[in-house]
Amino acid sequence: MSKTFSIGGIHPNDSKISANAAIEDFPVMDMAYISVSQHLGAPAEPVVAKGDKVKTGQLVAKASGFISANIHSSVSGTVSSIELLPDIFGNMVKHIVVKVEGDEWLETIDRSPDIIRETKLSSKEIIDKIAECGVVGLGGAAFPTHIKLSPPPGKKAEYLLVNGAECEPYLTSDYRIMVETPEQILIGVELMMRALGVDKAYFGIEENKPEAIKVMKKLTSASYGSIKIVPLKKRYPQGGEKQLIDAILKRQVPSMGLPIDVGVVVQNVGTALAVYEAVQKNKPLFEGIVTVTGKCMTEQRNFKLRVGANMNNVMFAIGGFPKDAVKLISGGPMMGKAVSRMEAASVKSTSAFLLLTEDETKRGEEGNCIRCAKCVDSCPMGLEPYLLNRLSRAGRLDDLEANMVHDCIECGSCMYSCPANIPLLDTIRLAKAQVIKIIRSRPKK
Amino acid sequence: MTNTIIFTVVSLTILGFVLAWILYLVAQKFKVNEDPRIDNVEAILPGANCGGCGYAGCRAFAEACVKADDLESLYCPVGGNDVMKNVAGSLGLKVVEKVPQVAVVRCNGNCDAREKVNHYDGFGSCAVMAGLYAGDTGCSYGCLGQGDCVAVCNFDAIHMDPRTGLPEVDQDKCTACGACVKACPKFIIELRNKGPKNRRIFVSCVNKDKGGVARKACDVACIGCYKCQKACAYDAITITDNLAYIDYNKCKLCRKCVTECPTHAIWEVNFPVRVPKKTESATIEQ
Repeated sequence: MSKTFSIGGIHPNDSKISANAAIEDFPVMDMAYISVSQHLGAPAEPVVAKGDKVKTGQLVAKASGFISANIHSSVSGTVSSIELLPDIFGNMVKHIVVKVEGDEWLETIDRSPDIIRETKLSSKEIIDKIAECGVVGLGGAAFPTHIKLSPPPGKKAEYLLVNGAECEPYLTSDYRIMVETPEQILIGVELMMRALGVDKAYFGIEENKPEAIKVMKKLTSASYGSIKIVPLKKRYPQGGEKQLIDAILKRQVPSMGLPIDVGVVVQNVGTALAVYEAVQKNKPLFEGIVTVTGKCMTEQRNFKLRVGANMNNVMFAIGGFPKDAVKLISGGPMMGKAVSRMEAASVKSTSAFLLLTEDETKRGEEGNCIRCAKCVDSCPMGLEPYLLNRLSRAGRLDDLEANMVHDCIECGSCMYSCPANIPLLDTIRLAKAQVIKIIRSRPKK
Repeated sequence: MTNTIIFTVVSLTILGFVLAWILYLVAQKFKVNEDPRIDNVEAILPGANCGGCGYAGCRAFAEACVKADDLESLYCPVGGNDVMKNVAGSLGLKVVEKVPQVAVVRCNGNCDAREKVNHYDGFGSCAVMAGLYAGDTGCSYGCLGQGDCVAVCNFDAIHMDPRTGLPEVDQDKCTACGACVKACPKFIIELRNKGPKNRRIFVSCVNKDKGGVARKACDVACIGCYKCQKACAYDAITITDNLAYIDYNKCKLCRKCVTECPTHAIWEVNFPVRVPKKTESATIEQ
């Protein structure tokens, strides 16, 4: 019997309509808008100036501060300006604008299709290489990978979990790489195991991807024995770190804690591929697989998209903004963020662009809570969303903290299951931000 | 039959007296002696329980007044100087007077000046909207227009203007309790001195972007050009992060900055209309 996490969860229609679209190279754009803030933490500091020539893969912004990541040019050409441009949220962020001339890659990048498995690098060398290539977590939060692979002193990782659940509806970018480049991913996992000093990795894949499970199982049984493929029951939000650890290892991450507190490090499959390319192929992270999908589109696509393509480029590549579409979402329908500006450019952690029609996005009219407790049943963190919603609207922060609002993972299961269309997540997220701020401001014991 | 009725009435009456006696004894035993002055002060206060003084309500404020040695840090903005004079009188303390204040909305990005770049269809709350993204216009500092300030106002003093999509303060009703100041996630609303004859001048913008970026997003944004600072003879204007701010304690209401401002971001309120040749500046009559 397949594993899954113990409480809550929902079963939205997975709508993986782009699953059979093979990965295709995205046409190189005329202008690349490379944000210096593509990761969690401090923005990188630009090291190029206006007029400089850059090659594909060249370092253009250097990590500044402890939690930060290097940023590399995704195109070759001339830096035309460094200016403030809106990101998908409309916030003004420093972007390095490159006018594209040809496509000349750095000579150090190995572009051959050969698969290299052997490595003589030590744990530290692998982590340094990952940091140098600016690899960040591609599961969504874009946390710099080299920091995640260096556990704080006193804590030791026992297992590496690889997240191939892809529980969000519509998304197929992880599925495509698992089918098309399985061996590279497994080598990436091995490299991360070596970096962490662990000898066992679990690779969770949801059952709605039988092809990926088959391919991976075949490879692991043949030559990657230390990695165990774990088929998971289809259930949202299986890809959440805490849910995945619960599903595979039956361990519970403590409140306000990190997976490393229970001896686990979780990495996404996309990150594993990026690690492989960085360490073995010397290729910095400047492109990724992006699903462009939507029921209003005639053709579903999976692109290998370079960082810095703006929404107009993407829409041009799919033949224009579909007529019925009213909303463009970066990421999946559950946790993705609506794109508010067409000038916004893709970043490292972009996994999908989803186009939805008015019928699909329109909120129903808010009704009264009928105490059906569907939200309580669906919460994977065991919270009581109906109560948190009421407390949040009343501004009762102490009661919110007592009811563990800070444990919310913002998966949206409560709002999805609410028959009264109450904006539960909106109000809970608001309270969560305030409560976490208060908790963090307290002196540490 | 009659016996039953008599028995019931008598027994219940006795039971009633016994229970009343117990209640009386308990009430005597646990009696809390409250300072009668608290009731007196509470009666003087407006009784709006708005929290503008920083206390949970009027009673809590009254308790604080009675306990305090002086009224230096205690002030009821709703009642103003008159009420505080009475409070000080009843407690025999020194009166502390404050200049009356009013809430001002420091955003002038109406529909014409500030173009919408996307459509927000989420939950109608500024705080929620601000948590999600920068807003539905190009300006990431400006008013979001969902009306959190209107919802918290206890005095019906702030309303959304349907023409501009911005909140408008009714200066006669506003008590400067500060509820809207706290509710605004973009920190647009500020309490400023009401000024002589209700005349006041303020920068109606909070955009901290560089001039070009701010101007692109909104026609009436402060672009940090320093023109107003140069024009000011009283050193009242400071510019930090590309944004001008007028210190209402130093401002002498000479209106020179208003004419200087190239984007009409500086507002004058309740001044007489100027002679015709200068009327192009943004004069508003409230």
